[in-house]
Amino acid sequence: MTNQALNPYQPHEAIILKRTQEAPNLFTLRLEFSDEKLQDSYQFEPGQFNMLYLYGVGEIPISIVSDPVCSRIIDHTIRVVGRVSKGMNDLKVGDRMGLRGPYGRGWPVIDSKHKDVVIVTGGLGCAPVVSVINYIEHRREDFGQLNIVQGVKHTVDFIWKDRYDGWRQLENTRVLLAADVGEAIWPWSIGPVTTLFDQLEFDPDNVVVMMCGPEGMMHVVCDHMLDKRVAASQLFLSMERNMQCAVGHCGHCQYGSQFICKDGPVFSYDKIRHLFNTKGF
Amino acid sequence: MKPEYEFFQTDQLQHLLDNILNEGYCCIGPQVRDGAIIYDTLTSVEQLPYNMSDTQAPGSYSLEKTKSKKYFDWANGPQAIKPLLFAPVEKLWQSTQAADGSISFKTSEVDITPTAIFAARACDIAAMKIQDQHFLQQQFVDPYYRARRDNLLIIAVNCSSPADTCFCHSTGDGPFINNGADIELTELEFGFLIHAETDQGKKLLQGLELQHQTDAQRAESNSIQQNASKQKRQLPALDIQTGLLNELKNDNWHTIAARCLSCGNCTAVCPTCFCHRENELPSLDAKSSEHTREWDSCFSQGHSYIHSITIRSETSQRYRQWLTHKFASWHEQYGRSGCVGCGRCISWCPVGIDVIESVYAILERRRD
Repeated sequence: MTNQALNPYQPHEAIILKRTQEAPNLFTLRLEFSDEKLQDSYQFEPGQFNMLYLYGVGEIPISIVSDPVCSRIIDHTIRVVGRVSKGMNDLKVGDRMGLRGPYGRGWPVIDSKHKDVVIVTGGLGCAPVVSVINYIEHRREDFGQLNIVQGVKHTVDFIWKDRYDGWRQLENTRVLLAADVGEAIWPWSIGPVTTLFDQLEFDPDNVVVMMCGPEGMMHVVCDHMLDKRVAASQLFLSMERNMQCAVGHCGHCQYGSQFICKDGPVFSYDKIRHLFNTKGF
Repeated sequence: MKPEYEFFQTDQLQHLLDNILNEGYCCIGPQVRDGAIIYDTLTSVEQLPYNMSDTQAPGSYSLEKTKSKKYFDWANGPQAIKPLLFAPVEKLWQSTQAADGSISFKTSEVDITPTAIFAARACDIAAMKIQDQHFLQQQFVDPYYRARRDNLLIIAVNCSSPADTCFCHSTGDGPFINNGADIELTELEFGFLIHAETDQGKKLLQGLELQHQTDAQRAESNSIQQNASKQKRQLPALDIQTGLLNELKNDNWHTIAARCLSCGNCTAVCPTCFCHRENELPSLDAKSSEHTREWDSCFSQGHSYIHSITIRSETSQRYRQWLTHKFASWHEQYGRSGCVGCGRCISWCPVGIDVIESVYAILERRRD
C-alpha cells in the first residue's frame, strides 16, 4: 500500500563527503545521496532546510548553506546543541546518515531582483543566509546595493572570516560587523548590531531586508526598518520552532496559523507581526 | 434535499451487522468497558450499550442503566473515529545499519483491513473531515492515514441524547449528521430509520426487511432532532476568532492556568487535535532502529522545546496556545473552527475546566 516514494517521513541514505570544523562545537557536513537518481534530481532554494537523520538517534532540521547554483553540493553547518547534533559531531568522512528534503519556503530571491538588499544576521543566524548571499553573488548585476550585516555576542563567535572578506570585494557591497563584547584583535564595531545601521545604504522604497538570528534582534531590526519607512511586506525573517515532521503534520512548529516548516521558515513581517515578540508563541 | 429514509424494526439490527461482517469488514462499535462507552470489535448487537445512558459534566462521566429500550441512548465516550485513522502510535519507518556502515530504510506496511465503524456520531464525523483536511488535503499526504481512510466505512447513528457537555448544535456539526457517512441511522422507539448514501452503504442493506418511512416516523425523527438540538451549552455568538487574538494578554489566561494541570487529557480526547511527536527506538543490538510517531499535546513540556529553550514554559501559555489554535488560527488553516462541540475536553478534564467558560472568560462576556 505505501511505498518509499510515497512516504514523506522517510529519509534516504546519504554519505558524508567532507567535514569542516568551523569553530569549537560548530561543524559543516557535505552530504551526497547514495541514490544517484535522487542526487541528480535534488534541487533547493536559498533558505530551505533538510531533515538530517543520525542512525538510531533521530532527526533534526538544518538549513542548507551551500550554493543553490551548484545544487550537487549539499552543505549543512551544525552547532552541537542536543543529542542528535552531538552525535553528528562524531561522524567522519565516509560515514552514512539519513537525509530528506528540501523543505519550506526560502528567501524571496525572485521578488528581490533589481532591489537593494540588506541582510542582517545575529549569532549563528548567518548560516541560513549564506546561500542567498551566494545566489546574489552569482547574479550580482540583477540586484542593487548589497548590505551584509552580522552581529555576534563575542568575537570568538565570528566564523567564516574568509567568506566575509570575499564578499567585501564584491561590487556595490558593504559588509558590516559588530560584536557585543569587543576584544583587542577585533577590528570592527563594538555594540549591538543596530550600531551599524547608520552605515547602511539602501533605498527604503526599493529594498528587501532579510534577517535571521535571535527574535529580539530581528524585532529591533524590524522596528528600525519600519521607522525608515520600509514596508513590512519587504522585511523577511527566518523563523525557528520545534520541527519533527517537516511536512506540516506534527504540529510542533505552529506559529499562529502558520506551520513554520512548510509555510516558512522565511516569512514576511506582515504575516507574523500580530504574534511576533509575544512570549509563548 | 432531504434523502429518502426507510424503516426497519429493531430485531433487524443484527442482520445489518451480519451484512457488514459478511462483506469482510472488521466492525468497530460502541460497548461498555471500564465504566465508559468505548469503540472496539463488534460482532453482536448484544455487545452494544443497550439501555445505557451517560451523564457528563465538567470533570465527570458516568453511565447508568435506563429503561429506554434503546441501543444508542447516550452521547459519546472518550474516543471514537480518531484512533482508527490517526493511530495513537504508528511506526513510520525502520532503518538498519549493515556492518559496512551503510543504512537502509524501509517503510512499514499499513494494515489495510477494511474497517467499519458502527454508530459514529455527527461530531466525530465532522472531526474526521477536519483531520482529512490536515492529513490528506495539504501539500503532503500522510500515507498511513490515507490507507486507513480509504478502507473505512462509516455507519452513523444520529444523536438523540446529547450530554450536558455537548454543544455540537452551536458549532453546526450535530446532533444529526450533515454528510460523510455511508449509512445514516436514526433510532426510533420501535426501530430505525436508515439511509444509505454510498454504493458501499447500499450493498449492506441486502436482505433487510425495509419499509417506507411513515409520516409518523418522520415526525418522530424530527422531534428527536429538535430535542437533541436543545443543548445547555453553546459557544457565544460572537466573533470568537478575532476576539481571542485580541486578548492574548488577558489576565484570565492565568486564572484558567491556575486550575489547569497541563495533563493533556483535553488534547487526547479531542477528535481534531493532530499533534504528534516522532520517536526513535533503536534495537538493543543496534542493528536496526524504528522510527515511530505518537500523539503529543501542546500541553507537554517538550512540545515547544527548541535548542535548550522551551517557548511555552508556563501553563497559561500552553492553554492559550490550545484555545487560540482551536478557535482562532484553525480558521485560517482549515476554513473553520477546530471545535466540533463534542464536549469531551470538558468531561475528561480532571479539574473540570469548561472550554466554553474559558472562551467567555477570555472574551469577558457573562453567560446569560
